[in-house]
Amino acid sequence: MTDPSHLYRLLYLLRRFDETVLDNFPRGVFFGTTHTYLGQEANAVGVLSGIQPGDVVFSNHRCHGHFLTYADALGHNDAPHALFAELMGRATGVCGGRGGSQHLQWRNFYSNGVQGGIVPIATGMALAEKRKNSGAVAIVFLGDGTLGEGVIYEAFNLASLWGAPVLYVLENNRIAQTTPIELAVAGSIAGRFEAFGIPVDELDSSDALEIMRIASKAVDDVRSRQTPRALILHTCRFGPHSKGDDTRPPQAVMHLREVRDPLGIHAPRLAPEKRAAIELEVNRLIGAAFERALADPFPSLNQ
Amino acid sequence: MPSVLSSLNSALHRAFAADERVLLLGEDVLDPYGGAFKVTNGLSAAFPGRVLTTPISEAGIVGVAVGMALRGLRPVVEIMFGDFVTLIADQLVNHASKFHWMYSGGKSASEEIHVPLIIRAPMGGRRGYGPTHSQTLEKLFLGVPGLRVLAPANLGDPGGLLYRAILETEAPVLFMENKLLYLLPVMDEAALADFSLTPCGEDVFHLALRDAPPSILTIAAYGYMADLARQAMLKLAYEHEIFTELIVPTQLSPFNLTLVTDSLQRTGRLLTIEEGTYTLGWGAEVVARAAETLGYRLKAARRLAARDLPIPASGPLETAVLPGVDEIVQTAKTMV
Repeated sequence: MTDPSHLYRLLYLLRRFDETVLDNFPRGVFFGTTHTYLGQEANAVGVLSGIQPGDVVFSNHRCHGHFLTYADALGHNDAPHALFAELMGRATGVCGGRGGSQHLQWRNFYSNGVQGGIVPIATGMALAEKRKNSGAVAIVFLGDGTLGEGVIYEAFNLASLWGAPVLYVLENNRIAQTTPIELAVAGSIAGRFEAFGIPVDELDSSDALEIMRIASKAVDDVRSRQTPRALILHTCRFGPHSKGDDTRPPQAVMHLREVRDPLGIHAPRLAPEKRAAIELEVNRLIGAAFERALADPFPSLNQ
Repeated sequence: MPSVLSSLNSALHRAFAADERVLLLGEDVLDPYGGAFKVTNGLSAAFPGRVLTTPISEAGIVGVAVGMALRGLRPVVEIMFGDFVTLIADQLVNHASKFHWMYSGGKSASEEIHVPLIIRAPMGGRRGYGPTHSQTLEKLFLGVPGLRVLAPANLGDPGGLLYRAILETEAPVLFMENKLLYLLPVMDEAALADFSLTPCGEDVFHLALRDAPPSILTIAAYGYMADLARQAMLKLAYEHEIFTELIVPTQLSPFNLTLVTDSLQRTGRLLTIEEGTYTLGWGAEVVARAAETLGYRLKAARRLAARDLPIPASGPLETAVLPGVDEIVQTAKTMV
């Protein structure tokens, strides 16, 4: 799905969803916390918009963008509402309010909020699909912060030994909560995969089309060879880690927004009036989804 | 009489034959070695490609197995020594045990997520393996929502317990096998001639001396400790004329204590025995629940367990740390 209008709509949907979440957190309508995807939208859109229905996706704590893109690709007709409702703890949420922001599951999409452990799980899912000859691949998202978790290296080793059809997508936003990569990651990121014999593609871009090109090749390769592969996407987080915990200088974040905004990069590919129409439609959809979720009932334990 | 080991081994063979979705992952599980305790003996030869020997990566292989279970396979993981379950705690507590309930809110039955995963772990001491290869650690995993903890005994059909867990369970199971139990025969009718054995459902056994006067003490024990308790029952009866009933659960978590409380209605006295450490153990929960159910009718309660120390390698020290038959007898005598 490389239709520029559709891509722009998705990028804008992801952006407006998480902006709405951040804007409304102080109102007390959401439970717990959240991790927004602002600035990284092109990764989800680039990697997941061409996904096959049988493919499996495992995401992490920063999963809203992955979920909304997956849901769009599989024709979920109400995903923003279901995700708002989940964050609001409503019965109509993706997991009936039990999971909240970090714990989603729909069709073949899963997310969990603990760093690292999802990586061997996604590897096992890929191996199961291979044993079933389903032709499906698994895609798992991890971040630069996850590189500190030892279990991922066990997973890389097993994936390579056993030929797991899994794509490891490493979104390197260069900051783990408040800890910059320079204080947390030694050596080479690509070398971590290469040491296990896992081929790596690497891209430093916020252009959804460019990411889509490299990602779809990587997914095709995983599918046809039935072996693991890694895709390192250097990216930029525009928002805080969760809500109000951005310790970076505001001008540094401002600069990122100017030069690395996936929306700004993609926007010139559309006529201004087309863009305006998309934004109007998405704003209405997001507003309506938010209000509808807010009116939905809370679940009870015996539901 | 087959041993517990051969009962478990044959159950694995039967489960593999019955369902192609069953596979096994573990360290050094391939033939001719067949696993450190030989529970997987013959399996890789009989079912090529379905027994995966793994690197020393307990967390990783359990994670991979969780993924396989989520996608329709029925993996069994062997943890070589149960002591290493600490390495898989994140996978069990924060992943496998949570997925079913956490993900299934608001979904139809057909959309619900299941994790049919079995983790087999040999536990226990008395082999001189020392502090990191002799522990009984299941208490760390009791009461984790969504996780079943099973412990076979040398009663009934330990292999059947494993077989049903592999083929019929949709929830993750931690299957604790005591190492000394492996070589014991599964007690058949002749071996239990002095006792009346009543299996109650699939997961609890009730043992009493045949034609004995009314019991005045209920003993609750599982795994290898149940065999020590059975030996103590005979001593108590023949040497001290103290008659007891023994309740042996094979499912430790979630708790099913109906049989214990039924027995306590008759005896009013409860002695629990476990090989894990004393403080905050299985027995503490059994006694607490018995007290909640019986109130003032619970006349006495004691817990026997390992001392709150690491398991020493030296034989005499190890014996001093772990509960034994004589200690059971002595404790029971103080309670009546």
